Amino acid sequence: MGAASRLGWWAISLGAFVAVWWLAALIYAEPKLLPTPPHVLDALLVLAKSGALFSNLAITLARVAAAFLLAMSIGSALGILMGMSMTADRLLGPWVVLFLNLPALVIIMLCYVWFGLIEAAAVAAVAINKIPNVAVTLREGAAALSRDLAEMAAIYRFSRWKTLRHVILPQLAPYFAAAARSGLALVWKIVLVVELLGRPNGVGFELQTAFQLWDVATILAYALAFGLIVQAIELGVIQPWEQAVNRWRR
Amino acid sequence: MSGLTVEIADKTFPASDGAPERALYRDFRLEVADRSFVALLGPSGLGKTTLLNIVAGVDKDFRGKVAFTSEKPRIGYAFQSPRLLPWRTVLDNVLLALPKGREHVERARAVLGEMGLGDAERVFPERLSLGMQRRVALARAFALEPDLLLMDEPFVSLDEQTAEKLRDLLADLIQRRPTTVLFVTHDSREAVRLADRVVVLAGPPVRIERDVRVELTPEKRREAGDVERVRDHVVRVAG
Repeated sequence: MGAASRLGWWAISLGAFVAVWWLAALIYAEPKLLPTPPHVLDALLVLAKSGALFSNLAITLARVAAAFLLAMSIGSALGILMGMSMTADRLLGPWVVLFLNLPALVIIMLCYVWFGLIEAAAVAAVAINKIPNVAVTLREGAAALSRDLAEMAAIYRFSRWKTLRHVILPQLAPYFAAAARSGLALVWKIVLVVELLGRPNGVGFELQTAFQLWDVATILAYALAFGLIVQAIELGVIQPWEQAVNRWRR
Repeated sequence: MSGLTVEIADKTFPASDGAPERALYRDFRLEVADRSFVALLGPSGLGKTTLLNIVAGVDKDFRGKVAFTSEKPRIGYAFQSPRLLPWRTVLDNVLLALPKGREHVERARAVLGEMGLGDAERVFPERLSLGMQRRVALARAFALEPDLLLMDEPFVSLDEQTAEKLRDLLADLIQRRPTTVLFVTHDSREAVRLADRVVVLAGPPVRIERDVRVELTPEKRREAGDVERVRDHVVRVAG
């Protein structure tokens, strides 16, 4: 599929969403509780003019990026280790299940209580929430690694680096993409909760203020702004990268 | 170049999925002279691939030893399936098996050219036919200029015409650059056509049923009559 038609489908799909929302808002006719898209755009413009939108988005995005990178690298390392070593899987498997099912709220509260209401605790809490998901996805990828190709690499005396770069990582690429995609969404959601509970700034903090005022338009404006950013990352980074690594497929 | 001796005191397949444990090799010994082309002939499922994997060093789960006449021989292995990296181009697949350097790029290009793959250098393997993929795998094994070439039914599941072309190509390459070859097949005609020694295996556990020299000139190997005469000999003593 070409870039233009990909963008076209993307526009149709999101256009339909906006239409449904608009229609619902008109029928419901309570602009305070369910504002129409133009109302939300107005709120967005007000936030943009005051500068609050960009400073808060920047702070939140920085937390998302830090937690995401941390979770992806630690989670991948753990997952690959578990996928390749039966002993590691037996030792760490139950931990992963435990953390997978530990409520995000509990992890956040414990991090704040034990490490204080600091930036590192906030980022760590988000990363810890995401690590088990990444680990589980990458474990599957590592367990499905081709033995045939590993033997080939051994016989042709590929160095460790060569084996990693040309044999192992290309096989894991779809699993990285899956973990990254679901990861971004999860991390962003949890970052907001972390900000709401223990940070003096960021989108989560602003949402709390808006919530106390029952200011739905501002809540939706922040959600919209962030939604656009995530869509941009999906369209501009994840999809092109996936296409590049899948170039070889028939 | 390298000759080799493989001695397997014991190689057993563990029991799995209700199938009982299977003794594949017991006190087996095979010597392969330097620069000889040895065909291992036997029915499918006997353990011939296992033998190649033991020689290649990827199967270490056995009692016994493999000794080469030269130190750390370079091994080229043409597997039963091509085992190419689908996410790397044809040229890269060959280059990755070679050390870095300009001369190796030239050599990889030259071998691919000889295999009739000059136009496919930049193509990803899955876009090629199986016959072409096999040729890429052969090119990878050859470009290495191996001291020992292991081949595991490399021409199986190809149409006869393609297979015959590849056999000619193999004979030709080996004549130009002699090397030790261990060639697994269940096709006695193919064995006689290519090898200068046919080792007929039977079992399990695997034993050498017959060890036949094939003294045919390259020209005679292309003639059905001569090949057939030797083949009758191989098959009769085998049966």
